[in-house]
Amino acid sequence: MPAAARTWSPPPLIRNPWLRWAIYLGALGYLALALSTVEVSWLRVYEGLERGRVFISAFSSPDFTSRADEIRQGMIESLTMTLTSTLAGILLAIPVGIGAARNLAPSPVYYVCRAFIAVSRSLQEIIIAILFVAMVGFGPLAGFLTLTLATIGFMAKLLAEDIEDVDPAPLEAIRATGAGWWPWLNYAVQPQVMPRLIGLSLYRLDINFRESAVIGIVGAGGIGATLNTAMDRYDFDDAAAILLLIIAIVMVAEYSSSHVRRWVQ
Amino acid sequence: MLRLEGLTKRYPTGDLALAGVSLHIPAGQVAALIGPSGAGKSTLIRCVNHLVQPTAGRIYLHGEDISRLRGRALRRARRRMGMIFQEFALIERLTVMENVLSGQLGYVGFWRGFLRRFPAAVVDQAFTTLERVGLLELVDKRADALSGGQRQRVGIARALLQNPEILLVDEPTASLDPKTSRQIMRLICEVCAERNLAAIINIHDVALARLFVPRVIGLRAGRMVFDGAPEGLTPEALTQIYGEEDWTQTTREGAGPAGSEADAPAHREVAIDRDRLAGIR
Ligand SMILES: Nc1ncnc2c1ncn2[C@@H]1O[C@H](COP(=O)(O)OP(=O)(O)OP(=O)(O)O)[C@@H](O)[C@H]1O
Ligand SMILES: [Mg+2]
Repeated sequence: MPAAARTWSPPPLIRNPWLRWAIYLGALGYLALALSTVEVSWLRVYEGLERGRVFISAFSSPDFTSRADEIRQGMIESLTMTLTSTLAGILLAIPVGIGAARNLAPSPVYYVCRAFIAVSRSLQEIIIAILFVAMVGFGPLAGFLTLTLATIGFMAKLLAEDIEDVDPAPLEAIRATGAGWWPWLNYAVQPQVMPRLIGLSLYRLDINFRESAVIGIVGAGGIGATLNTAMDRYDFDDAAAILLLIIAIVMVAEYSSSHVRRWVQ
Repeated sequence: MLRLEGLTKRYPTGDLALAGVSLHIPAGQVAALIGPSGAGKSTLIRCVNHLVQPTAGRIYLHGEDISRLRGRALRRARRRMGMIFQEFALIERLTVMENVLSGQLGYVGFWRGFLRRFPAAVVDQAFTTLERVGLLELVDKRADALSGGQRQRVGIARALLQNPEILLVDEPTASLDPKTSRQIMRLICEVCAERNLAAIINIHDVALARLFVPRVIGLRAGRMVFDGAPEGLTPEALTQIYGEEDWTQTTREGAGPAGSEADAPAHREVAIDRDRLAGIR
C-alpha cells in the first residue's frame, strides 16, 4: 500500500509569523514612502532621453580632430600618471607587503602595515582624489598621489597574502645555510612570489588607467578632466572620441597583460 | 666534534619533544638516528642548528658552545652545518646552479648573491660538487623539473657548498623509491668519508641504516634508549626503541622458537633484514 503523499516546504526564514508579516509590511510601507518622496520630473526625463540619443549617435561620428591637442594632452597626462603611480605604488607596496606578512614581520611591524593597508583600502579612489585635490590643487599631481596610495593598499595586501602562502620548506633551508635576512628574502621568498607580483602589477596598471579617467572628473587631471570638459560643453562628438580611445587602450592593456602573465608563469 | 649535553625541548604547545639528550659525535662519524614517529628526531637536529630554539641543554661544535648564539654569530655557526631535508626544500623556480650556490649565502655578501655573481672559486666548487653528485648536465634546469632523486642530489650539493663540518640530515630517503634511497644514502656516506664530515641521519628504514652507518642512536619519546653499532640492534633493542607492538609485527616471520634465547637474536636479525629488504630488491 503506497504511503500517502507527503508534502514539504522549506521552513520560513523567520519562524514567528507575526514578526514575519510585520517585517514584510514594514518593508513595503517604507518602499511606498520612499517612492513618494522622489520627485520625478517627466519633462526632464524626456529631455534627458533626447540628450542620451544625441550622445549615443555621437558615437557614429566621433570627433578626434577638432580638439586633438586637448585630447592628446589629456591622454599623455593620464598615461604618465598611470605609469608613474603604478611604479611608485609597487615600489612602496613591496616593503609594506613584506611588513604585513605574518610569517616574515614581527608583530608591531605587522600591525602597523596591516593598519595602513586597511585605511588605504577603505577609502574609495574618488574620495582620496577629492582630498588630494584639496591639498595640492587641481591637476595630475593629485591624480598621481591618489593612484599611488590606492596601488600601495591593493598591491601590499595581495603581496602579503601571497607571502603568507609560500612554501615554508625553502625558507627553513636557506635559513639553515646561515644566510642573512636579505639574501634569505632574495632566495627563499622572492622566487616564490615573483610571478604573482608581476601579474598583479600588470593588472594594477590596467586599473590605474581606468581610475585615472574617473578621478579626472573630480579635478585630478588627465583624460578624465578632458572628458569632463567635453561633457560640460555638450561636445558629445569629442566625448565619444575620448571614450573610444579609453576603451581601446584598456583593451590593449588587457590583452597584452594577460599575455605577459601567462608567459611569466 | 658535535656534543650535546642534556638537550631538552618543550614546544609552546606543551609537548616535551626532547628530554635531556646527551651524545657526542666525533669528526667524520656518520650516525643514524632512529625512533618512532614523534620521538623527537627532527626536533633534535633542528635544535642543533637552531631552526628550533632548545629549551635547555648545551650544544658544542668543536668545543665551542653554540647553544645561546644569536644574530651574526648564530649565522656563522649555521653555515658550518649543512642540512638535508626529506622534501628536498629546494627553491622550485630557481635553477639547479642557483640552488646549489645558495649554500654559500652565509659566506658571500648580499650583492654577490643578489646579482648571482659568486666568486670564481665558489662557482668552480659548485661545478665540482655537481659533478660529484652526478648532475653536471643539469646545471641550468629549473629545480621543479627534476625527479625526486635528482632533487635530493641538489639538496646534498647545496649542503656541501657550505663547506660544513657536519651534515644534519632529516629523512633523506623517505620520499624516494627503494633503489634511489640506497643510492642517496650511499652518496651521503661517501661524501662524508671523502671530506671527513660528521653526520646525523634521521631515518625510518632501519635496514637501510644498518647497511651504511657504523653507529645507530635510538630515540624514544625524547630520550636516548640505544647507542651503539648496528650489530647491537637486537630485537630487544628494537623493542625498546619502537615498542613491543610494532616490533612483533615486523619480526613474526623470523621469530625463533620460544626459549632458544642464545641464537635467537642473530637468527631474527637476518630475518628482519630479509623482511625489510624485500621491498628494496
Ligand atoms: N612545531 C611544533 N610545535 C609543537 N609540537 C611539535 C612541533 N614539532 C614537533 N612537535 C612535537 O614534538 C614531538 C617530536 O616531534 P618530531 O617531529 O621531532 O618527531 P620525529 O621523531 O621527527 O617524528 P617523525 O619520524 O614523524 O618525523 C612530537 O610529539 C610532535 O608532536
Ligand atoms: Mg621528523
